[in-house]
Amino acid sequence: MSTFKISKDGFYGEYGGAFIPEMLHHNIKELQENYLQIINSESFQQEFATLLQDYVGRPTPLYFSQNLSEHYQTNIYLKREDLNHTGAHKINNTIGQILLAKQLGKKHIIAETGAGQHGVATATACALANMPCTIFMGEVDIKRQAPNVKKMELLGAKVVTAMSGSKTLKDATNEAIRAWINDPVETHYIIGSVVGPHPYPDMVAQFQSVISKEIKEQLKSKTGKENPDYIIACVGGGSNAIGAFYHFIDNGFTKLIAVEAAGLGLDSGKTAASITLGKKGIIHGSMTYLMQTDDGQIVEPHSISAGLDYPGVGPVHAYLNDTGKAAVTSVTDHEAMKAALFLSKTEGIIPALESAHALAYLEKIKFKPQEIVIINLSGRGDKDMATYQNYLENE
Amino acid sequence: MNNRITSLFQSKKKNILSVYFTAGYPALDDTTTIISELDKNGVDLIEIGIPFSDPLADGPIIQQSGQKAIHNGMTISYLFNELKDTRNHTKIPLILMGYLNPILQFGVKAFCETCSRIGIDGLIIPDLPPDYYKLHFQDLFKEHNLCNIMLITPQTDDDRIKEIDSLSSGFIYMVSTNSITGANKTLEQQLPYFERVAKMKLKNPTLVGFGIHDRQTYQIATKYSNGAIIGSAFIKALKKSNLLDKPISDFVGRVGR
Repeated sequence: MSTFKISKDGFYGEYGGAFIPEMLHHNIKELQENYLQIINSESFQQEFATLLQDYVGRPTPLYFSQNLSEHYQTNIYLKREDLNHTGAHKINNTIGQILLAKQLGKKHIIAETGAGQHGVATATACALANMPCTIFMGEVDIKRQAPNVKKMELLGAKVVTAMSGSKTLKDATNEAIRAWINDPVETHYIIGSVVGPHPYPDMVAQFQSVISKEIKEQLKSKTGKENPDYIIACVGGGSNAIGAFYHFIDNGFTKLIAVEAAGLGLDSGKTAASITLGKKGIIHGSMTYLMQTDDGQIVEPHSISAGLDYPGVGPVHAYLNDTGKAAVTSVTDHEAMKAALFLSKTEGIIPALESAHALAYLEKIKFKPQEIVIINLSGRGDKDMATYQNYLENE
Repeated sequence: MNNRITSLFQSKKKNILSVYFTAGYPALDDTTTIISELDKNGVDLIEIGIPFSDPLADGPIIQQSGQKAIHNGMTISYLFNELKDTRNHTKIPLILMGYLNPILQFGVKAFCETCSRIGIDGLIIPDLPPDYYKLHFQDLFKEHNLCNIMLITPQTDDDRIKEIDSLSSGFIYMVSTNSITGANKTLEQQLPYFERVAKMKLKNPTLVGFGIHDRQTYQIATKYSNGAIIGSAFIKALKKSNLLDKPISDFVGRVGR
């Protein structure tokens, strides 16, 4: 286990907590009081590990990327989360939470989704567990992510259009929370990232921490060293990043790099760099950095990658940033796209545009020849074909 | 120190009517007109909503009014400016209701100071948890003579109700059902909950809110409580007209004033 912990009230330093209306208190308290005991139990751990292995396809490879390493004159490894069932790391969390929901005796699952990746991963876990589920998705996203809507429906989920606010991910999250208020007893809400009120940030981080656990073991057997010099991951809400960082935080050696989406540029007004540009405040029940106006209204972010298009960020990343335990940086849509095309051509791996943000960071610093650099390749690019095509046509 | 909310409940124990509306809706500068019309028509208490982009506890009607209000240009600073002379015209107790984030951005200390200066009597901040209130807000609220009005729901257990009662002043906002604002769940089924809370003999009076929209629901809600709060139904009535006096007097009349 990492030495890294939240306080008993769910704070990482001043970030996190549970800033929720009283209507949600019952639901959240039930989770707060039970999650650790359930997920630390031997039977849960065993069932979770078995499903991750046989159903999700873990451990995912830690792949030494010969071609990238030669190009950048260092040692680059890709953690292949893109090879998970459903194509991204998201399923680590949904499998964990569906097992938890069953233990709590819940009968119905709700979830939010932006691009549809978490929605598909949730619908998949619900199909497996034979639980009905409702996925909230913004009207705007339903239009631009039609294939994922079809997938969710094929898996048996009901997709509900979120019509409120800006009709995107943040509003889908609001709608899911409102639906939870209306049915506090039988419903479990599967949040897709390390966001939301305590205990979600910690719980989702624990489910995703399997990524860094594997990296550690795999790196040791490949190189004899447990700790790499760098781990680089993209950050929207921040679940793949915390999963990749988890067992390396506080080792005093590994540099943890969180890459935010700068969108069209940090000064363009069209960006999703919540830590770099945001101010402290509250979004979806958590104290963290968020994109907001001077008056405290939450603003709509922009990124070419729908998975990074969130106006807040997990409180753990706000904390890691402030304490210097991780370095936060950002790359633009254009830089991410260039890195995605480069990986496709040099390694034969088409990355998700989220993960391409982590890859783009390779251009930003000069690594030493003996250093070990790990990129968390959080997802595959199949879902992004329309965006790729669109970009290439306009080049 | 005297507080208008506390004084109201000292002089009136039953059938208190509190009305909620969103500042900046239907139009940016309607706030003072709505206050004086409500006052004129015999409403006891007014809750002025500070609009927020992401109101988690609110249903579509309040959400949309808030979005329109933000679009119209409503901010906390604008609202304070609009209300600065209100105490020259009305003695009705005034409450501000808003989510925590805009208040944090304004600055909690400056917010409380301004509230006190312009004659606000109480605050409802639905996403401010009791523990956080104790640590960061309680002293400021006391210093500025502001009532802290907290919510309880049918899911809130007795121990927590007692804790909330001890931290609250003015009154306790009893959410009628497990729902967001504007929902239409049956109130009759909630009578055992209303009765249970009444039997607890809390130090604060109680007002029931959520799902109150006409005379009948008002009467059920007030059977065991000191009164009720109407929000969404009132905003819906405003939606239909730019002339505010008639819809407001009609609405208050329909509830039974």
